[in-house]
Amino acid sequence: MAVGKKERLDAKFEAKLLKEMLLIRRFEEKAAQMYGLKKIGGFCHLYIGQEAAAVGAIAAIDLKRDYTVGAYRDHGYALACGMDPRGLMAELFGKATGVSKGKGGSMHFFDAGLHMLGGNGIVGAQIPVATGVALKCRYRRDGGVVLCWFGDGAIHQGSFHESLNMAKIWNLPIIYICENNQYGMGTDFRRVSSVADFVVMGESYGIPGKQVNGMDVAEVYREVGEAAAKARGESTPVFLEIKTYRYRGHSMSDPAKYRTPEELESYKKQDPILILRSRMEEAGRLTEADYAAMDAECKAVCDEAVKFAEDSPEPEPSALYEDILA
Amino acid sequence: MSTLTFREALRAALDEEMARDDSVILLGEEVGQYNGAYKVSQGLLEKYGPERVIDTPISEEGFTGIGIGAAMAGLRPVVEWMTFNFSLQAVDQIVSNAAKMRYMSGGQFAVPIVFRGPNGPAEFLGSQHSQALQSLYAHFPGLKVVAPSTPADGKGLLKAAIRDDNPVLFLESEMMYGLKGEVPEGEHLVPLGLADVKRQGKDVTIVTYSKPVRMVLEAAEALAAEGIDAEVIDLRSLRPLDERAIYESVVRTNRCVVVDESMPFASVGSHVAWLVSRNCFDDLDAAVELVSGEDVPMPYNHALELAAQPSLEKIVDAAKRVLYA
Repeated sequence: MAVGKKERLDAKFEAKLLKEMLLIRRFEEKAAQMYGLKKIGGFCHLYIGQEAAAVGAIAAIDLKRDYTVGAYRDHGYALACGMDPRGLMAELFGKATGVSKGKGGSMHFFDAGLHMLGGNGIVGAQIPVATGVALKCRYRRDGGVVLCWFGDGAIHQGSFHESLNMAKIWNLPIIYICENNQYGMGTDFRRVSSVADFVVMGESYGIPGKQVNGMDVAEVYREVGEAAAKARGESTPVFLEIKTYRYRGHSMSDPAKYRTPEELESYKKQDPILILRSRMEEAGRLTEADYAAMDAECKAVCDEAVKFAEDSPEPEPSALYEDILA
Repeated sequence: MSTLTFREALRAALDEEMARDDSVILLGEEVGQYNGAYKVSQGLLEKYGPERVIDTPISEEGFTGIGIGAAMAGLRPVVEWMTFNFSLQAVDQIVSNAAKMRYMSGGQFAVPIVFRGPNGPAEFLGSQHSQALQSLYAHFPGLKVVAPSTPADGKGLLKAAIRDDNPVLFLESEMMYGLKGEVPEGEHLVPLGLADVKRQGKDVTIVTYSKPVRMVLEAAEALAAEGIDAEVIDLRSLRPLDERAIYESVVRTNRCVVVDESMPFASVGSHVAWLVSRNCFDDLDAAVELVSGEDVPMPYNHALELAAQPSLEKIVDAAKRVLYA
């Protein structure tokens, strides 16, 4: 699974990663547009800018035996896991055909078959849950590894610290991924963290870790692949801090006035899609026409998702009382 | 039948379910090497090993959430809190995750887990260690809440709770662990959601559950000595609530007293009293009475802490009030 640092990814595989990132980008843009049209309500946390993290990491695991457990900015993980954009858009629209029957919303995408366990709206609440899934993998000796996603805001919750301690003492096969997008809502992580390098947090529980450039999907893929091999092979937790950046506000209602336009522009120059696209073009693996075709395809998928959501029925009133208890 | 203490009956349930199904694991503080803070899990580590009887650090939020994740992935964890007082550290995991995961995922994920431990007033423990927290958990749809009053029900309800595909809060009582009673051997299951009529009577229905059941039965005998024939209903499950059993009794006796250890504001007891008032309105000959814990934090002083709880005298007085006796 893991590839050496200097080894070039297979051309087809690179194209797959590029297309998955592009699909997330176009899906999120469409979601923002639909939010503006009031087709989508409530909280809606977009993944634009962070695509390389979900796509690179999830490409490095095997969802037949591995798991992904994330937080509320979950559209990217869901798409990277291969969930149907139509069901996701319908969920955002609150329709009966949504992946959670219209009762979860943006923060609660799930797919039992794809081992995608959310989608969690409470900051850090998914970290013990993910650790419990890893306990199952360890207990069953089923070779499974868990990707546990959280942000630079969640890392100061007790749930993070309690979980890492137990994962270490019980040798659980889990990769704790701190997606550091620099801001916990409107708060610069440097203002609220005792350390600038979150790897220190993992190491304080005896869990090895490293920082990863989250704007480079190939690097994310390699590092998560190596971490998964270690977690699986040695049955041990691993920590990764994926440095990334979100282009939009914390949620659709956040104008993001706490950062400068210059900062945002500097990150847009390291855009994960742009980086991979340029690399592929330079290597003669992608033409402008190839990219345009790929982009058109992703846009068509998102248009189709919107049409599906629009045409889908509202949940029956009886759905209110369903799925509460077995 | 054999005579067992409450703790032995709970242990038998755990032992039998762990022997029956290897997806059942037990985790919590002191459950393994120490054999349980209240000795419920005594001998289970030796029998099932450290991968199934797991000693945790003092991290209630963490190990409660770990149990939930393991349940979502296919295990059937039993999480023991040393007491329900410490479950407050884990409320977010119980309320935000265990109770809602099935609903939020459109029915995709079950959370088959039991959270158990001692609950309710004990003795000389003060405010933080002596409280009845069932009303908190009974508030949330998506959770089942069970509170047995006898060793036999303890065994039968715990076995049923472990096999249930929902999160179940299983409330024991610190003051009951040494209580002895007849317990059926082997496969003894008590379905969740069924009340038990502990004493038949025609004059007044007294609805209660958990530790106060014994005191209510004593009160019924005291009332009998005065010619008042009380029917006593042990709810056993608070969620789901066996409303039919309550109403069937009240429509015959036309009078109802609810006895509940929890504090009165927005409590299980106040809810049951409201249900009876609403649904038996035409059959009631008196307003429903509620005997609850007093609306105070539990004091340390023994006379004061007894005064803060339901007593035989308070129960008898309430029954007389609804009978205008």
